[in-house]
Amino acid sequence: MSGYDSSARPPQRVGVVAESAPGETRVAATPATVRGLLALGYDVVVDPGAGAASGFDDAAYAAAGAAVGDAWAADVVLKVNAPSDAEVARLRGGATLVGLLAPAQHPELLAALAERGVTALSLDAVPRISRAQSMDVLSSMANIAGYRAVIEAAHAFGRFFTGQVTAAGKVPPAKVLVAGAGVAGLAAVGAASSLGAVVRATDPRPEVADQVKSLGGEYLAVQVAQEASTDGYAKATSADYDRAAAELYRAQAADVDIVITTALIPGRPAPKLLTAEDVAAMKPGSVVVDMAAAQGGNVAGTVPGRTVVTDNGVTLIGYTDLASRLPAQASQLFGTNLVNLLKLLTPGKDGQLAVDFEDVVQRAVTVVRDGETTWPPPPVAVSAAPAAPAAPPAPAAPAPSRVTPAVRFGLIGAGMLALFLLVAFAPAQLAENFTVFALAVVIGYYVIGKVHHALHTPLMSVTNAISGIVVIGALLQIGHESTLVTVLSFVAILLTSVNVFGGFAVTRRMLSMFSKG
Amino acid sequence: MTSLTAAHAADLVAALLFVLSLAGLSQHRTSRAGVAYGIAGMALALTATVVVASRSISAGAVALILLATAIGAALGLWRARRVEMTEMPELIAVLHSFVGLAAVLVGWNSYLEVERHGDAQSAVAADLLSIHHAEVFIGIFIGAVTFTGSVVAYLKLSAKIASRPLVLPGKNALNLGALGAFVALTAWFTASPGLGLMVAVTVLALLLGWHLVASIGGGDMPVVVSMLNSYSGWAAAAAGFLLDNDLLIVTGALVGSSGAYLSYIMCRAMNRSFLSVIAGGFGIEAPAGGDAEQGEHHEIAAREAAELLAAARSVIITPGYGMAVAQAQHPVADLTRRLRERGVEVRFGVHPVAGRLPGHMNVLLAEAKVPYDVVLEMDEINEDFADTSVVLVIGANDTVNPAALDDPASPIAGMPVLKVWEAERVVVFKRSMASGYAGVQNPLFFRENTSMLFGDARQSVDQILQSLDAADPALSARP
Repeated sequence: MSGYDSSARPPQRVGVVAESAPGETRVAATPATVRGLLALGYDVVVDPGAGAASGFDDAAYAAAGAAVGDAWAADVVLKVNAPSDAEVARLRGGATLVGLLAPAQHPELLAALAERGVTALSLDAVPRISRAQSMDVLSSMANIAGYRAVIEAAHAFGRFFTGQVTAAGKVPPAKVLVAGAGVAGLAAVGAASSLGAVVRATDPRPEVADQVKSLGGEYLAVQVAQEASTDGYAKATSADYDRAAAELYRAQAADVDIVITTALIPGRPAPKLLTAEDVAAMKPGSVVVDMAAAQGGNVAGTVPGRTVVTDNGVTLIGYTDLASRLPAQASQLFGTNLVNLLKLLTPGKDGQLAVDFEDVVQRAVTVVRDGETTWPPPPVAVSAAPAAPAAPPAPAAPAPSRVTPAVRFGLIGAGMLALFLLVAFAPAQLAENFTVFALAVVIGYYVIGKVHHALHTPLMSVTNAISGIVVIGALLQIGHESTLVTVLSFVAILLTSVNVFGGFAVTRRMLSMFSKG
Repeated sequence: MTSLTAAHAADLVAALLFVLSLAGLSQHRTSRAGVAYGIAGMALALTATVVVASRSISAGAVALILLATAIGAALGLWRARRVEMTEMPELIAVLHSFVGLAAVLVGWNSYLEVERHGDAQSAVAADLLSIHHAEVFIGIFIGAVTFTGSVVAYLKLSAKIASRPLVLPGKNALNLGALGAFVALTAWFTASPGLGLMVAVTVLALLLGWHLVASIGGGDMPVVVSMLNSYSGWAAAAAGFLLDNDLLIVTGALVGSSGAYLSYIMCRAMNRSFLSVIAGGFGIEAPAGGDAEQGEHHEIAAREAAELLAAARSVIITPGYGMAVAQAQHPVADLTRRLRERGVEVRFGVHPVAGRLPGHMNVLLAEAKVPYDVVLEMDEINEDFADTSVVLVIGANDTVNPAALDDPASPIAGMPVLKVWEAERVVVFKRSMASGYAGVQNPLFFRENTSMLFGDARQSVDQILQSLDAADPALSARP
């Protein structure tokens, strides 16, 4: 409805603001993503020095087509972290704020934004459906964080990752354990195995084993006697499972050099994977990176945002800003996710942002609309979301056989009986023919069943040629009776000769083409 | 040893040679020997038959045999040498129709021969006469269905008629009615044979064959062609019953079960029962759902695709009928060679129903000199996509549709498909965003890791080759 008159309206201004959180190096747009915003019809204004920590200077933004000025006054404000109270006050009434707002953790922020009369979109509320994958900031940041966790571990670890045999002796490869094979865990597995380490990964979901393997890791299954429990998804793991997992972690902690933990359960404190005893059992010089430190930590003794060294010389890294430690790329991916979200919100590419609550994705990310809190989204939206896109689509269950064994045996029995009666009452000659026929069908079935799939076309042309054997009929009939019979036989012989000669010749031609590499 | 026992012995040996021939095709290594066995068996059987026949017929008739064979051989060899590999489905359909027509002619001859003598004749024992009549009918019926069915298949495959399914009201009732009419006519004919009934059954079967294949769409052609292969075998077997000739029965049964088995493989690859293919109905209903997961597709230029390929570690190409239509197999083979020279692992993933003929893609790729050991079947390669850098989807659509696994409401739900989307990047070569044969929208095109390369597949691949050349002139300088 607004498509008509919006063309008359001036384009909205998108503001890219500088981050105020201490230690935050990311920025919500890079010069490259500014071009994406401009392509959507928006004007873009960037806070002076907004990209400095990421390595993008104001001139680069200006070159990309953005203005440098007060970004908080814009119609659409792009930000990485949640704004402070002072920043909320700088928002224009009716403006739209987009960022990682963590609405579940900060109800007071939502209230402040609602009071301010703005619309707020939270990037961490993007539903995990495949259509929204391109806007999933959490995944793209987790990917970076997983990589960086390995780099931090390597930095703190006083040895090589890869094994080497040198003239000065043999260096064993480092052993890395990654707990949790989500996006971050898989990125860590990939990075660590690229550095040459021996990588193992654990996860309660056995279906991630292939993904771990594909990145060069070894999947360690938690051995639990499971009584036909088909759903490996169990969110809260059973007591049996926890006991077995604890044993696994104890054994691994004593063996590996580096542990990277990524285990998070949405809306709950992070599960404790490594106890103080496990850490005490680790070798001196070992490194633990606890990527869940901000949510309480997977490892006993980690301090969020800090590195501590235990009495037995184990380094516990609890950085909560791993993604910010690769600022340029983190900003680039963050910015691209934002552009993809704005693409969805700007259907006309006319620089006019419009939130459509009919759309599951737009409904889910909108936490405040025009001064009204709309978090949490209705459960309908959640149930419409299929399984997490990171998991491979489960192969469709084989269609239940429509033929039960009883029916099948019944049919076979009936067929056998019919054949029996047919042959039993048939004259001797027909019975003989049937015997030959039935045995030939069985032989044919088994011989053909072994044919290589690539040779199906040659198989068809060769069976074409030999089905030209029907020529025998015509050969036996020609010249015996009336002229009519002879003429018909002549035609039949001619046609089937085409089959015999053409079929064999074309088969030979095809087979001569097949060559091995 | 009389000439008759010698002929019987020759029949047995020929039958065994045919079995060896089919067994030889189970592997590439033995496939050429398999054809040699087949040729030997055929030569033996025909020589024995002609020698036996020549004792009771005039020299003129023998000359006629030789003349007919010579003309047929010349025609057959000429076509075999000239045919394009993309036209193999058409050639196979034509050859099927010949077998069908020959079976009809043999049936008519047999009727004319016996009927001339009336009830008091000696060619068939009196107690077998009614069985003989039934055999004539069955032979003509199967032969005629094969004949017109194959003719329609040929016309559809060569695009001389539209390949979309013909939908007559109550088409299943028509098919079943024709079968019922056939049974009734057979009963009538065994009681009182007559020329009118012969004509009636021939016309009935010709119409049934026509309708049966006309009501099946182009994408189901792999099933149709293998089904007709099967029918042509049964037609030969029926002629064997008619003439009391074991060699015909054995050969017909071998061919018949071969075609049936291929049909079974094709049906399983589409997750459909044989009856549902014959009864049609696929792609007739308007696509119901399928647009829920639509979105924006990403385009890619040939030059960017070339960059992707140059940087790739492993590439899988999944060809479909579109590759045959665009005649793109030669540039695709060039691309394969070029990438392999650069150390990229290139393999092909072939869906069982890709193309219009079982194994069609394999023959096309073999023609373009792609080594057969990099051309893998769906089951062999499906687990490897997750570990693949780039997948090129060339002219395939429904066989790479994730909706078959994800969307239980999809018309193709449950059909096994190539899981191309698990690769890091997918490039789809396509002329436009039109949906595939099944009329189902393909969510693959809207995936984040999928890029669309629009245009004629052959030209697109050529452009990629040029971009690769431009980027790396040293390699292109090689012969």
